[in-house]
Amino acid sequence: MWQATEEVLAPIAIGAGILGTGGGGNPYIGQLRAREAIRRWGPVTVMAPEEVPEDARVVCVGGIGAPTVGIEKVRDLQSYHALRAIEDYTGERATALISNEIGGSNSVEVLIAAAQAGLPVVDADGMGRAFPEFQMKTFFVYGVPCCPMAIADEKGNSVIIRETITPHWAERLARATTIQMGCVACYAVAPMSAEQVRRTAVPNTLSLARDLGTAVQRARDEGEDTLSAILHTCPGRVLFSGKVVDLDRRTTAGFARGALSIEGLDAYSGQQMVIDFQNENLIARIDGEVVCTVPDLICAVASDLGEPVTTELMRYGLRVTILGFPAPELWTTPEGLEASGPAHFGYDTEYSPLKVQAG
Amino acid sequence: MFVGVDVGGTNTDAVLMDGNRLAGSVKLPTTADVTSGIVNAIAELLMQSPAAGIDAVMVGTTHFTNALLESRDLAPTAVVRLSLPATQLLPPLVDWPPELRAAIGGQPYMVGGGNEFDGREISSLDRQGLRLAVQEMRRQGIRAVAVCGVFSPVDPAHETEAEAIINEIAPEIRVCLSYENGRMGLLERENAATLNACLGDVAQRTITGIEEALKKLGINAPLFMSQNDGTLMDTEFAARFPVLTISSGPTNSMRGAAYLSGITDGIVVDVGGTSTDVGALVKGFPRESAVAVHLAGVRTNFRIPDMVSIALGGGTLVNAEPWQMGPESVGYRLAQEALVFGGDTLTTTDLAVAAGYADFGNRAMVAGLERELVTRGMADIRHRVETAVDQVKLSRADVPVVLVGGGSILLGDALVGASELLRPDNAGVANAIGAAIAQVGGQMERVYSLESGGREEAVADCSSGAIARAVTAGADPDTVEVVEVEEVPLTYLPSNATRVRVKAVGDLALSRPRP
Repeated sequence: MWQATEEVLAPIAIGAGILGTGGGGNPYIGQLRAREAIRRWGPVTVMAPEEVPEDARVVCVGGIGAPTVGIEKVRDLQSYHALRAIEDYTGERATALISNEIGGSNSVEVLIAAAQAGLPVVDADGMGRAFPEFQMKTFFVYGVPCCPMAIADEKGNSVIIRETITPHWAERLARATTIQMGCVACYAVAPMSAEQVRRTAVPNTLSLARDLGTAVQRARDEGEDTLSAILHTCPGRVLFSGKVVDLDRRTTAGFARGALSIEGLDAYSGQQMVIDFQNENLIARIDGEVVCTVPDLICAVASDLGEPVTTELMRYGLRVTILGFPAPELWTTPEGLEASGPAHFGYDTEYSPLKVQAG
Repeated sequence: MFVGVDVGGTNTDAVLMDGNRLAGSVKLPTTADVTSGIVNAIAELLMQSPAAGIDAVMVGTTHFTNALLESRDLAPTAVVRLSLPATQLLPPLVDWPPELRAAIGGQPYMVGGGNEFDGREISSLDRQGLRLAVQEMRRQGIRAVAVCGVFSPVDPAHETEAEAIINEIAPEIRVCLSYENGRMGLLERENAATLNACLGDVAQRTITGIEEALKKLGINAPLFMSQNDGTLMDTEFAARFPVLTISSGPTNSMRGAAYLSGITDGIVVDVGGTSTDVGALVKGFPRESAVAVHLAGVRTNFRIPDMVSIALGGGTLVNAEPWQMGPESVGYRLAQEALVFGGDTLTTTDLAVAAGYADFGNRAMVAGLERELVTRGMADIRHRVETAVDQVKLSRADVPVVLVGGGSILLGDALVGASELLRPDNAGVANAIGAAIAQVGGQMERVYSLESGGREEAVADCSSGAIARAVTAGADPDTVEVVEVEEVPLTYLPSNATRVRVKAVGDLALSRPRP
């Protein structure tokens, strides 16, 4: 067990940015909110999945809405209200909370609700990275029902989605409710058991985000190589390094889609990488040949400082290094790949696991 | 004739422009009070050209923002956010440095009001709550207040009504509305309005001081201040939005470089004594940065030129073994410490003289430098500048590069990425020229629903608003043109809404009597 204090928020933001694989939005507001919540209610206890008591009731909370609205009507304490709403509906009290998504600014939502409710947080989440849609969570892939779920706004409104015929329907109904609520809502899903958490959650991801961020900060302070600090913390490999030469961006159906072109420098001189994205990075090719696909993680960091670079910050001339990390095992089974593999995003490319040398 | 003045950290530069001709220039040390440095420079300029008839004086200074950095002369300021029940976890001033917050006596208030993304009200404006807050402000001796409503750029009605209520109860309190101070981004826009509110008094005093000093010199021409985007503001506007001067220095330098070289689209490389600033020109104006700008530790979303600065200048230290160039520099002591001037410090300037790029000081002092060292140093300098140029470029294509600043002797005749390399005359006073040639601008930003009208109608409506604002600000109506149109589709809105921002600029109207 460890304590999530004000000091770990900056490293978590860096680590969650790396695990956000290009999506996840601006981390500033989320980090500031978590800081204020911890100042007001104290630090949050984080426990490993194996430390979760057998009789635990674990509620998954997360944010839903448009990041472009969230910078203006900044989120408040909706995640706590959603938690209370699902507790009232199910008649069960939560004994711990779990994050919906470690990648990007959603990673702090659970800390804010936990600080206010005085509950511990499980060191795990439903993605181990970032994905664009509500139903894309390992919990639901492995049979945890996504309903009933509660959605709450900052005004005191809450809605229960009692039952849907598929998880995708839950996403549609939640999205429509969120728009009416003013586009910055939070949700909470009916409690899971300890067994469900241990079987279906991606483990140890909050501490991984913290450790990644700490490694980057330390390397930066000591003038050492931030990229090797990252790879030393989380096994993966450098896929490419170069400068951004083109960004073809278009918004369709609420998602930022497009392709990013990077011209190789140094060891990659003369080569070109193209990355397709839909909020998150989906598929990376070097000179036309696929080198990494979802659900493996394709992460862009600034070549000098190791700072994660989200898709909206990409522009001509930026020096970036592209890192690849193997997907959590829960995503690489047949049912995991069906929900998250290249085919789910409309590619006919086969998923071929990223090979990483040991050590 | 126009007088342009640029107040830098070290020097105050002044130029006299007769139409397109540079009729005189002066470089004098900047003074602590700023005003006397400006007066000294203009007085000397007038001695050079006693017969000059002056039509306008344009001043670029970051003096107002220095008051922030030093936390002095700031007005006791309150902030009222119109948002409840939303946004309570992050009250106004939440992320300000404690010292600056204390220096403005920071009083945050939140009352009901504000809008949703689609224009619906979060709640109606809490007039009674606002009145109570204003009465408390009066008791506490508050002199200025920033008012910020959620989504006020979509609908400013709550902010303008709040202003009327404050004026009615407390006419002595200066009011800054956030929708006039920036774009989307609640905390950044609120911070910008608060900074302008607390600087209002010091800005007014400085401007009045300069105006009175000009009168003593016998100059009755109107005074204008340079702003971040390279256009002018009249003194009334400058007192309301003093923070818009924060980056007028680099902007004026780039505008002056564009003017002197005739290049409107390209890259400007300004090599000084300790650092080199590289920025992109688009249609004669600096390209603006899209990222958040921190000012005295406060996060804002002002637009400032998007520049890359590298620690390389004419005074940068060079060490042969082990090889190191910078980041330290001898700065203004170059004329004493460099080898060519009889000092004992090896600098980049010494390498340039040894390589034959420049010929000044005593060449013999660098004759003994190893050829290999000189070649290596010059190649390193060139490589660093080329990398910076590449970082600010918009695309792969080669573009014209304009070199200004005293340190530009460090560079040779060619750079990778440059289609041509220009070294205009009088580049040493490019910043003051940038101030003197500045035009008057107006901006308009609104959210349009494209369902009710077409895209062209929305842009036309916004353009006429921007043109009207430019004319009000002092532009000659015959010369005003639209220079920038930005359309951002708000993809999350069902009604196909788009935020349109238009900027128009025109020449300063001379014949028109000042309002």
